[in-house]
Amino acid sequence: MTTTTDADTGTDTRRAPGMLRRERIGHLLQHHGALMVLAVTVVVGAVAFDSFATPQNAANIVVSSSFLAIIAIGMTFVIISGGIDLSVGSSFVLAGVLAAYGSRYGLLVALLLPLTVCGAIGLVQGLIVARTGMAPFIVTLAGLLGMRGLMLAVSDEGANTYLVRNDAFSALGQASFLGLTVPVWITLGLALLGGVLLQRTGFGQNVYAIGGSEEAAVLMGVPVTRVKVLVYLISGLLAGLAGALNAARLSSGVTILGAGMELDVIAAVVIGGTLLTGGSGGLTGTMAGVLLLGVIQSLINQIGVLTSSFQQVVSGAFLALVVVTQRILHRAQRLS
Amino acid sequence: MATAVLEARGISKGFPGVLALDDVSFRLDAGQVHALVGENGAGKSTLIKVLTGVYRPDRGTLLLRDEPVTFDNPLAAQRAGISTIYQEVNLVPQMSLAHNLLLGREPRSRLGVTDTTQLYAEAERVMTRYGIRTDVRRPLRSLGMGTQQMVALARAVSIEARLVVMDEPTSALEPREVDTLFGVIADLRSEGISVIYVSHRLDELYRICDRVTVLRDGRVAHDGPLDELARVELVALMLGRDPAEIRRDGATKFTGEHTTTVGEPLVQARSVSCRPVLRDVSVQVRPGEVVGLGGLLGAGRSETAKAIAGALPVDAGTVTVAGQQVRRGSPAAAIRAGVSLVPEDRKAEGIVPTLSVRDNIALAALPQLSRSGVVSDARIDRIVDSFMRRLRIKAASPHQKVSELSGGNQQKVLLARSLATGAKVLLLDEPTRGIDVGAKAEVQALIDELAAEGLGVLLISSDLEELVEGADRVVVLRDGAVAGELSGDQVTEEAIMATIAATGETDG
Repeated sequence: MTTTTDADTGTDTRRAPGMLRRERIGHLLQHHGALMVLAVTVVVGAVAFDSFATPQNAANIVVSSSFLAIIAIGMTFVIISGGIDLSVGSSFVLAGVLAAYGSRYGLLVALLLPLTVCGAIGLVQGLIVARTGMAPFIVTLAGLLGMRGLMLAVSDEGANTYLVRNDAFSALGQASFLGLTVPVWITLGLALLGGVLLQRTGFGQNVYAIGGSEEAAVLMGVPVTRVKVLVYLISGLLAGLAGALNAARLSSGVTILGAGMELDVIAAVVIGGTLLTGGSGGLTGTMAGVLLLGVIQSLINQIGVLTSSFQQVVSGAFLALVVVTQRILHRAQRLS
Repeated sequence: MATAVLEARGISKGFPGVLALDDVSFRLDAGQVHALVGENGAGKSTLIKVLTGVYRPDRGTLLLRDEPVTFDNPLAAQRAGISTIYQEVNLVPQMSLAHNLLLGREPRSRLGVTDTTQLYAEAERVMTRYGIRTDVRRPLRSLGMGTQQMVALARAVSIEARLVVMDEPTSALEPREVDTLFGVIADLRSEGISVIYVSHRLDELYRICDRVTVLRDGRVAHDGPLDELARVELVALMLGRDPAEIRRDGATKFTGEHTTTVGEPLVQARSVSCRPVLRDVSVQVRPGEVVGLGGLLGAGRSETAKAIAGALPVDAGTVTVAGQQVRRGSPAAAIRAGVSLVPEDRKAEGIVPTLSVRDNIALAALPQLSRSGVVSDARIDRIVDSFMRRLRIKAASPHQKVSELSGGNQQKVLLARSLATGAKVLLLDEPTRGIDVGAKAEVQALIDELAAEGLGVLLISSDLEELVEGADRVVVLRDGAVAGELSGDQVTEEAIMATIAATGETDG
C-alpha cells in the first residue's frame, strides 16, 4: 500500500509533537505519583525522627509489608482487568491455617495444601466471573464469606490454633538473607516476574485490553474468558502463598489476623495509580502504594502520641486524595 | 462472472417479535466497494452481524469464495479474512496506539517477552503507510478520532483481510480525515480487497462506492451499480417511497395546517454547531406551529433537538426561548425556559421502567411541585391525574409500572412528563416509532391538539408521510447542516426527497 498522496491530506500536518507537556505531567502523576509521595514521606520522616531512617526500621517496614505486597501483585492484575477480588483476605487467613495444619506432614504439604485450595477457589471464581458475566464484586464476596466459613470449620470456630511443627517451613518465613527475610525476597522476585508478565507479554496486554474495553477486546480476538480466569487464579494463588508465608513467619495459623485485609490491598493498588475502572496501572505503583501504607504506619508509631488506629485515618485520607487526583487528571486528559 | 468474495443466499434472521432479515441475498465481488444502505430498522446492522459472525442466521447460507461457511463467532470471521470497523471505534482507549494495532501479534524477543523497540518500530511503519505520523506510544484516547479510525482500519487490514466492513466510518470524522480514509479505501480496492461501506451520506456513497444494496424492512429493496441510480431514486428507495404511489394523503391523523403560525418565534436556534455532527444549524418554532425536521439517519436531526434542549455540548451558536438566551449545555436551564425533549430511544433515555406511571410523569416536574424541598403528594396526584385524562393514558392505575404499558402509552407518559414541567416547546424525536398503528394515530392527534393550544412543536420523523401531514414547515438536514426549508404547498414528499438528494456543496 502506498502512502496517500492526496494534496489535501498533507501527511505531515498530522504529525503530533510527541506527548504534550501537560499530558506528560499527568502521565507522571498517574503512574509515579505514589512513588513521589513515598519519597517525600520518607525524607520528611528521616528529618523529623532520628529513629525512622535506620536500617532496622527500614527492614521492619519492608518485612511487614511483604505479605500485603504479594497479595497486591495479584490484585493489580485483577483490577487492571476491570475486576475486583474481595476474597483475598479470607484466602490469606485460610491459607495460614491450612499451612500450619499441613506443616505436620512436611514442607511440601504445608505449601501445596494452601496453594491448591486458594488456587482452586480463585479458579472457580474466575470461571464464574468469566463464564456467567456475574459481577466480580458479588462472586468474590461469596468467596470471602465461603472461605471465612471454611477457615472457621477447619479451626473449630477459631478455637484451635495449629502450630507450625516443621523447621524447614518456619525458615521460609523467618530466615534472613542479606538482612532481609525470605518473604521479602520472594516478594521482589514475584514483583519482577509480574512486571514482565504484565508489560512484556501478550497475556499482560490482553489484561489491559479487557480492562480498557472488554467489548473491544472481544472484537479484537482476545481470549477474554481464559485471561479472566487466569487473572483470578493468579490472585488466589498469591493470596494463598502470602498466607502460608505468614504462617511460617508466625509459626502458627493465626485465625484473626488478615480479616479485612482485602481492603488494605485494594487501597494500596489504587494509591499506586491503578484505576479501579480497569485498563490502566502497573506493579511499580502498587509496590510504592504498599510501601507508602507501611511507612505511614511506621511514622505514626514514631509519633507515639497517636495510636496506630490513626494509621487507617491517614491511609483513608490518602486514598481519597488519590482518587480525587485521578478524577481530575482523567478530566484534564479528556479535555486536552 | 468472477468468484464472489462473499455471498449471502436467502438469509433470514428473526428476533422475538420481529423478522430483522427476510430472505436477503447479497453478493460482493473482489475489489469492489459496496454500499449498504437503509433507514433505521431496515436490517443493515443485522446483516453485517450475520456476515461477521456475531449472529447466526436462522435460514440461508453464506459462501466464502463459493465455499459454504458458518462463523461461530467474530474471531472465526476474522480468521476467514473478514474484518469489521464499527461505528464507534472498537479499540482500547487507554492502551498505546502501537499496542492496539498489534495486540495479539506482538513481536517477541529471544527470551519470549515482547520486544517493545520492534513493536513501536513496526507500528510506526504501518501507520506511516496510512499517512499518519505520530508518537505510537501515546495512549489511543489522546489521538483524534480520524487517527483512531485509521488505526482500526490498519488493524483490520493487517490481519490479512480480504473484506473490510465499515459501519459508518465517517460519522465522527472531519472532512480532511474523510479524504485520508477514502485514499486508503482506494488503495484497498486496487489491491483487490473488498469493502462493504455503510453510510447515510449520499455524497460519500457516490464518491467511492461501485454498487449499492438498499435494505428496507428486512428485505432487499434494490441492488445494482450505483452510478445508474439517481440520487432521488436512492433516497426514495431508502425511505420506502415508490415515486408512483406518493400521492396518497390522509393516512395519518394530522389535520393539516394550523392557523396560528404567526407571531414571535417561541424558540430560536441560531447557527448552532457541534463539529462534526452539526454545522451552522438554524431553526425556529413559533407558537402553535409544528416544524418538521427531515433528513436521513445521521443527518443531525436528533443532535439538533438535543442541542436545543441543552443535552449536547455545542461549539457555537445560541438558543433563545421567547427572546431570552438559554445557558448552553444545561438541560436544566432549557427545561426552566420551557423546552422539553422527548428523546428517540424511549427505553434508554426516556422512561424509568422500574418507576410507576405517576412517578415517571412527576419526575422532571418535581422542582416545580415542591415547596422548600418537600414534595406535596396531593399536588402530584392532581397533576398526574389531569394529564392521564387529558392524554388518554391507558394504565390500570397511576401506580402501575410504566414498563408494563404499551409503547404508545409509554410515549404518552413521556409527553405528560414534558407537559408537567410547563413546557412551551416540545422537541419530539420519532414520537411514533415502534408503536402500533392505533396508538400512532392517537399520538399524532395529540401533537395536533397540543399545537392548537399554542405550544411549539419540533417534530423529527423518518416517516415522510407523518412529516408532510404533521408539519407546517419542514427543515431538511443533510450531513449535519440545513439543506433547505420547505413551507406551505412546498411541503411534499417529493420536495423533501429532492432536498435530501441535492448535491451537497463541497465545504471544509
